[in-house]
Amino acid sequence: MSVLKVQDLAKSFGGVRAVQGVSFTVEAGELLALIGPNGAGKTTCFNMLNGQLRPDQGEVELGGESIRGLAPREIWRKGVGRTFQITATFASMTVIENVQMALVSHDRRTLGLFARTAGLYRKEALSLLDLVGMADQSERPCGVLAYGDLKRVELAVALANGPRLLLMDEPTAGMAPQERIALMALTAEIVRARNIAVLFTEHDMDVVFAHADRIIVLNRGELIAEGAPEAVRANARVQQVYLGSGGHH
Amino acid sequence: MSFSAIVIQFLNGLAGTSSLFLVAAGLSLIFGVSRIVNFAHGSFYMVGIYLAYSLIEYFGRGSALGFWGAILLAGLGVGLIGIVVELVLLRRIYQAPELFQLLATFGLVLVIKDVALWIWGAEELFGPRAPGLRGGIEIMGRTLPEYDAILIVIGPVILGLLWLLLTRTRWGTLVRAATQDREMVGALGVNQAWLFTSVFALGAFLAGLGGALQIPREPANLLLDVTVIGDAFVVVVVGGMGSIPGAFLAAFIISQIKAFCIGIGTVEVFGASFAMSKFTLVAEFVVMAIVLVVRPWGLLGRPQAMPRHAGAAEERISLASRPLSMAAFAVLAILIVLPATADTYTLVLLVDIFVFALFAASLHLMMGPGGMVSFGHAAYFGLGAYGAGLLLLKAGLPMELALALSPLVGALGALIFGWFVVRLSGVYLAMLTLAFAQITWASVYQWDEFTGGSNGIVGVWPAEWLTSKTVFYFMTLLLCGASLWLIRRIIHAPFGYTLRAGRDSPLRADSIGIDLRRHQWIAFTIVGAFAGLAGGIFAFSKGSISPEGLAIPRSVDGLVMVLLGGVQTLTGPVVGAAVFTWLQDEVARQTEYWRALLGLTIIGLVLAFPQGIVGFVKARLPARLGGGL
Amino acid sequence: MNDRKLALGLVAILAGGLATGAHAQDTIKIGELNSYKVFPAFLEPYKKGWELALEEANKAGGVLGRKIEIVSRDDNGNPGDAVRVAEELLNREKVAFLIGTFPSHVGLAVSDFAKQNKVLFIAAEPLTDKIVWQNGNRYTFRLRTSTFMQTAMLVPDAVKLKKKRWAVVYPNYEYGQSATAAFKELMKKQQPDIEFVTEQAPPLGKIEAGAVVQAIADAKPDAIFSSLFGPDLQKFVREGNTRGLFRNVAVFNLLAGEPEYLDPLRDEAPEGWYVTGYPWDQIKTPEHAKFVAAYQAKFKDYPRLGSVVGYAVVQSAVAAMKKAGSLDQEKLVEAMKGLSHETPFGNITYRALDHQSTMGAYVGRIAVKNGKGTMVDWYFADGAKFLPSDEEVRKMRPAN
Repeated sequence: MSVLKVQDLAKSFGGVRAVQGVSFTVEAGELLALIGPNGAGKTTCFNMLNGQLRPDQGEVELGGESIRGLAPREIWRKGVGRTFQITATFASMTVIENVQMALVSHDRRTLGLFARTAGLYRKEALSLLDLVGMADQSERPCGVLAYGDLKRVELAVALANGPRLLLMDEPTAGMAPQERIALMALTAEIVRARNIAVLFTEHDMDVVFAHADRIIVLNRGELIAEGAPEAVRANARVQQVYLGSGGHH
Repeated sequence: MSFSAIVIQFLNGLAGTSSLFLVAAGLSLIFGVSRIVNFAHGSFYMVGIYLAYSLIEYFGRGSALGFWGAILLAGLGVGLIGIVVELVLLRRIYQAPELFQLLATFGLVLVIKDVALWIWGAEELFGPRAPGLRGGIEIMGRTLPEYDAILIVIGPVILGLLWLLLTRTRWGTLVRAATQDREMVGALGVNQAWLFTSVFALGAFLAGLGGALQIPREPANLLLDVTVIGDAFVVVVVGGMGSIPGAFLAAFIISQIKAFCIGIGTVEVFGASFAMSKFTLVAEFVVMAIVLVVRPWGLLGRPQAMPRHAGAAEERISLASRPLSMAAFAVLAILIVLPATADTYTLVLLVDIFVFALFAASLHLMMGPGGMVSFGHAAYFGLGAYGAGLLLLKAGLPMELALALSPLVGALGALIFGWFVVRLSGVYLAMLTLAFAQITWASVYQWDEFTGGSNGIVGVWPAEWLTSKTVFYFMTLLLCGASLWLIRRIIHAPFGYTLRAGRDSPLRADSIGIDLRRHQWIAFTIVGAFAGLAGGIFAFSKGSISPEGLAIPRSVDGLVMVLLGGVQTLTGPVVGAAVFTWLQDEVARQTEYWRALLGLTIIGLVLAFPQGIVGFVKARLPARLGGGL
Repeated sequence: MNDRKLALGLVAILAGGLATGAHAQDTIKIGELNSYKVFPAFLEPYKKGWELALEEANKAGGVLGRKIEIVSRDDNGNPGDAVRVAEELLNREKVAFLIGTFPSHVGLAVSDFAKQNKVLFIAAEPLTDKIVWQNGNRYTFRLRTSTFMQTAMLVPDAVKLKKKRWAVVYPNYEYGQSATAAFKELMKKQQPDIEFVTEQAPPLGKIEAGAVVQAIADAKPDAIFSSLFGPDLQKFVREGNTRGLFRNVAVFNLLAGEPEYLDPLRDEAPEGWYVTGYPWDQIKTPEHAKFVAAYQAKFKDYPRLGSVVGYAVVQSAVAAMKKAGSLDQEKLVEAMKGLSHETPFGNITYRALDHQSTMGAYVGRIAVKNGKGTMVDWYFADGAKFLPSDEEVRKMRPAN
């Protein structure tokens, strides 16, 4: 069974069809890239999957169970981790506390009034940080980290609930080219080892073609191509869309 | 009401609209652009009336030119005061954490009040009627004062002028941009300092003008500042922050509701008659509560851009370092042995300090980790106090039990109000807490049979074994000390971390499964319980409780304590409460003009410690020592 | 850095204040607390009044062979601060007993504090009837003519006019509510067909005068009973004048003849109104003339009603100590019961029954002379004659 199954998804804003009739699946251990020119409906599509937008029509299933219309926090509980285009971390906490926070929430202990958070799930948090190469910076405040390091912290946080699926919105945005490759390589290594499905959007075609197992292409709200990187690269419509819109990635 | 009565009351409402709009318009501009909660706005209005009075006396009461000249000059004079205040005081503290400027303007209110007393004396000064506009206009057999007719015109004219200024000039474009997103203006390469000064000056000018224009309708008196400031804030928020047409609309709605409540007079409900005019006590706050629940950004306001960083970076918290723990134990030890040497009054004063430390710490839990500023925190303090008093006297419970239940009363109030409050954020959230506090206050103030009305309840004394000041001192130390310890534990516990997570990044919190509203609601309730306990102890320490216990000044005191000590630190509110309570007690004995001295002291502290007292100390200690403060 | 020095300097000044406290041991200290900053218009003259009385008492040799000292504190107009200040006066300043207070709720709180601490409290100004009746206690005595008494003083004239349709307007708190309730009750007794056509209760200090005046006019009353004072009264008078409300309508207004509230109205003082007040420049009794002469000599200002209250409360305190011959609280309380002494308003007696003094008030009508409001056709109403029957008082007042 596919980890994520999207069927006939559609959303309009005031009569403008942002996404229409989109269907695809993501399999365990697979990195699926969602690409398309600006305004193609990538963000809308993404936000319907993570719960920030409610689809007008269509179905979203996670491991065969519908998650359509659930709130982001409920979708997370079903085993979906997220990273954001602009990193979202807790600036007043240290690196390890950010991860501890996710672990505390995963175990539904956020209402605890007495335990000292600093002592909770330290080992688990450290091993996640170790995984993303941030263990040596675990006691630094998040507010002072370099951007690339913040992205790694986000990845560790996203992995904290042992997700089946990772939704990564522009995971390498704002990073230097060298860092991009390194971060995606790390991500690919981790998800393959843990058999996690990944859906990511990305502007940088080098990153996409280097790491995606499969690519789906969105244009004007519709899915215009789907397949292995080579096939998509060779697809006439895709070429037309990217060249026609002035894109040359 | 007959048709002609309705017409006249509508016109009365329009005159009220203009008056209210003029005060609020300036505040809305200042608030919108600089996010300064300018408590001194009412003081500017008051100075406007006084200045106009003096100028009219100077030019001679009969001269029309003198009259209108005096009004304009009074407005300009207040505008000038505004410039001085901005340049000398506010400019130095824009970098301080959000809301800190509130503390400076609070000090200013105290100073201006005493200066006005010193210059103009205690007696009310009633200005003359406007020359040439002394009479009334006959409308359907009723009379409308000519001056009211002029006011009805002046309001919309100034609305129009402001609208032109804001939409047809480059300055206006900048102001509107800054209202939407402060940082964008900086990015446009605009001299922000100049923009802020000019906006503050214009706002102060409008306040002064609004005051001066009231001279034929309102005697200059020393209570005008507090009378006006609450109304002005309500109008700004109901209209939508920074929206001038919104302010006008809000002023219109509130004034008309008041005029018609008065016009309707006495109504019979189930055989009991009720004077509708009593509703005017709280009308504006009821309107505000309804508007905020239905339209969280005010009638014509737009959602604010999220501030990307609110003042200084959020502070980390950490467990107390060893020297710090030892220092805390040393303080505790001193407090324990103190009764052996101190006089009784010292113990009485310390009981007040403990109570307010708990009150301020509970507010801090909400403001700091919770990220929710409350302008109405006194509601829960007052509910706890009234709860304790009523349970003792009306329900006949033993004092110990009544005190033990006081946190529950505070928590219950917070539980109910909190459900609505946590649906908002930022200043709108703060103003909704204020609305609920005022509604609670008005209910208590008017419910004579149950709460004792404006007199409150007396005879709320502790049980026999607690009548000794020393014993009561130890009980307070124990209860407040344990509560403070608990608050500290909560902040370090997963719950406190979860609140901070929601404050730092609601988006990330949501995406790691945190139901933020639910946690904020629970936090609100917990905070209400602590404030309620503080109120309960307070009631028994004073033997009485009155509506002041949940009025605006008590809420403001709480804010002042938290900000004075430092909102970013856990010990800040405790230190702030101690310093403020002690100062108030000490200063009042020094001089007749103690209010000005207190105000100056606060302004001095603001300038010396823009991170709060504890924040200042912490920044100068090695991180190893200061971490747990 | 300069600002920091400024702050430190201020702190140093404050700390210096702590070092005071070397008071002479042979004086008798009286603790005085009042809301000086909240109600300065009334309380500045009040303070002058007690300063004068204190000076005179000490010139006359003090009491019990010792000079008197008054330790005065600001109670900030709220009961919480008032009780704290009272604690300080009692415990740190070791005052013999307490006098003062202005607003009713502060008076009641301090009264209850006095009862709890078994210390004498002479409430100077609070008008609330409760302080001697429903909440009366052994240790509290009240000087001033109460709400009920002042209302009752206006009733005879009101009854004489035989007006049927009445409007009432009052500030929406206990004083205004009690005045209204007392007025209604007393009038109904004597004029059963009386009709109250409208009731306006604006918030204290926030009257929407235009709308209120209009609403009252719409009710077409023959007469109005008002207990407004201060800025509310001034706004009401001006709007009423402009809108012609007072034409052909009789108006009764508590307190409006007191210089504190009458003088700011200047030539707009509403002529013909029935008021209680204080025509200070027309009272020719020797005791009052002496008081005015001394007051004007000392302060170069004319006395207000507050001046009389402040002056008389110190007279009461001195008389009580003299009569008790001791500073023992129980002896002082017993001395206060039935205590009689001279005041600028003539002789007053603190009734043993309910601890209310019989201080009277001046009742008359407002007129404008030389561009200023004043009282005409006035007479002195003796407080003793405007109290409920002893039977009724006993019913209201709890046994101690």
